[in-house]
Amino acid sequence: MKFLDEYRDADLAQRIAREIHRATTRPWSIMEVCGGQTHAIVKFGIDELLPKSLTLIHGPGCPVCVTPLEIIDRALEIAAKPEVIFTSFGDMLRVPGSTTDLLSVKAQGGDVRIVYSPLDAVKLAEQNPAKEVVFFGVGFETTAPATAMAVFQAAQKGLRNFSMLISHVLVPPAIEALMSSPNCRVQAFLAAGHVCTVMGYEEYPPLAAKYRVPIVVTGFEPLDILQGVLSCVQQLESGRAEVENQYARSVRREGNRPAQELIKAVFQVVPRKWRGVGEIPQSGLGLRAAYATFDAEKRFGVAERAVEEPAECLSGLVLQGLKKPHECPAFGTRCTPEHPLGATMVSSEGACAAYYRYRRQPAATT
Amino acid sequence: MHLKRELSPSCPLPLQQYPHVLMAHGGGGKLMHQLLENVFGQAFSNPILDARHDAAQFAVPPGRLAMTTDSYVVRPLFFPGGDIGSMAVHGTVNDLAMAGARPLYLSSGFIIEEGLPMETLWRVVCSMRDTAHRCGVQIITGDTKVVDKGKGDGLFLNTTGIGVVEASSAIAPQNVQPGDVVLVSGDLGRHGMAIMAVREGLQFESAIESDSAPVHEIVLDLLESGIEIHCLRDLTRGGLASALNEIAEAARVRMLVEEKLIPVREDVHAACEMLGLDALHVANEGRFVAFVADRDAARAVDIMRRHEVSAGAIAVGRVTGQHEPLVVLKSRIGASRILDMPSGEQLPRIC
Repeated sequence: MKFLDEYRDADLAQRIAREIHRATTRPWSIMEVCGGQTHAIVKFGIDELLPKSLTLIHGPGCPVCVTPLEIIDRALEIAAKPEVIFTSFGDMLRVPGSTTDLLSVKAQGGDVRIVYSPLDAVKLAEQNPAKEVVFFGVGFETTAPATAMAVFQAAQKGLRNFSMLISHVLVPPAIEALMSSPNCRVQAFLAAGHVCTVMGYEEYPPLAAKYRVPIVVTGFEPLDILQGVLSCVQQLESGRAEVENQYARSVRREGNRPAQELIKAVFQVVPRKWRGVGEIPQSGLGLRAAYATFDAEKRFGVAERAVEEPAECLSGLVLQGLKKPHECPAFGTRCTPEHPLGATMVSSEGACAAYYRYRRQPAATT
Repeated sequence: MHLKRELSPSCPLPLQQYPHVLMAHGGGGKLMHQLLENVFGQAFSNPILDARHDAAQFAVPPGRLAMTTDSYVVRPLFFPGGDIGSMAVHGTVNDLAMAGARPLYLSSGFIIEEGLPMETLWRVVCSMRDTAHRCGVQIITGDTKVVDKGKGDGLFLNTTGIGVVEASSAIAPQNVQPGDVVLVSGDLGRHGMAIMAVREGLQFESAIESDSAPVHEIVLDLLESGIEIHCLRDLTRGGLASALNEIAEAARVRMLVEEKLIPVREDVHAACEMLGLDALHVANEGRFVAFVADRDAARAVDIMRRHEVSAGAIAVGRVTGQHEPLVVLKSRIGASRILDMPSGEQLPRIC
């Protein structure tokens, strides 16, 4: 497939891997922020090509994983209402709340539908005026423009039966929160290419300077990730801490301005709780007052509530890069993709699920 | 074959008085009798069915028989490359073939939702009739039920098949041995992506057609040529990944397959990438995996390639060891990872 297979070339991958081996003289820990990158790393076995002294830490960049339990519970409550058509991206359906998940709500008669774009949910609202159509707006800056566009269009069309349950999160505040933690082991970041396609990378130089960390904007294919790692290693070895753009075929420094303006018009920055991590200030997007009428939490009066996460689950430590998935005692035994204890086992982008699927017996594949 | 009617794609609908199926068509009275006679009896006519017994009776050839059953609930009923009727015949014929059997007879169970257009039912019945004819099997018994509107998804089918085993030695997962070569019969993932594209309204440059097809002639050809087949499995739900894992588990073996050798068509690959799916987890309806003895592998591929349905047959890996069930995939960039079964339904990823 054009524009894809070129970035999966085995010879080139081996060549970059050799360069990484040559460049690496000391142990380094590099975090890939995005779950899509984690997925590619384990799917293609990229980490197997790296020197043993390099550690890849899987970051908190899976939107499905970091959506807090109470928001999932609110989604379940709304989706079970008979007047509601509840729409969501596919992989949110399997995420367990405190008691059940959206797939089970659907099995019990809830009208839960997978959509590929928030705009499909707007169409559904137009086609079903007697129903309340709710879209589950989760994701990073990557999906925020489409969510914003859906709200914007619904407002323009004067739709009264459309609303959104929003749990959008932002990457730079999460990097900042990680770096300011005393336990932080991360020495360099692969920044998420798709987030930067929308937002650009002007937010990163201050972070790189403040915490003395190289940040390399990186794509999602094997060659992208290997190149990103190589740039990080070269910077670390030479004592630099700069922002570089490996994913230049998609990312411009300033990002996609019209998309950013749309996000700004519809959303404001709010504090947001991250599942497994806790509340991070200024790390989420919420609807502006002008669009508050589309807020599903208000419309359905779903109560504020605090929910405890299973004590045994180490997903918080995994999301912060302090533990590897297989270091958790529940991994692969009491916690599997079919019966997940925590969010990182749920989404195919979650670090635990990726490890479970591709790396259950690390020694067995070699 | 004992078909009284000409096989043509545009067979006229024999029932004119009711344009839709009514509850009464399943009620045991005149309407049901008319439906059975004019639709099923007419389309599937053969001496065994025409005897109109409660149970079909037939002579069995000497040797071992194979029997299988499968239900079909596909939505939409008609999709690029097939329909629920052709699928219900292919699926059961292929299940028999996987036991090394020559398919002979099918039953057909229809669960019809009240209000289904009679025209739709007739199209499905004609498709089953034509497909059975092409596969050389006869539909010799059947059943019809009508359920209330809203209690079914238009039409559900069940087919049970009986065949005579042609393989001289048993074809079963337990016979898989270290050293066996893993063959796939063609490109993967087309059926699942064809259905998903229609169901979800996804537009691609050209429609992806289902791979729904019978594979029994290929298997019989392999057997007649004396290929030492240890195991066969059709790659339906769960795709190649599930089939390999099931066999690894049953045979207690480890196997290694190479991602770059596994054929996936460009458009299927693109659609999978877009939706965040893995083509190795996607369903097929005319594909199978064969475990054959190493010395016969090259000849088996040649034989398979002589058939149109398996013209893309290729060896993709081999069984490497015993006792520890595991399927390892050598990835495109040369690293290794576990190829696992998909967990539950395939859900498109967020980004």
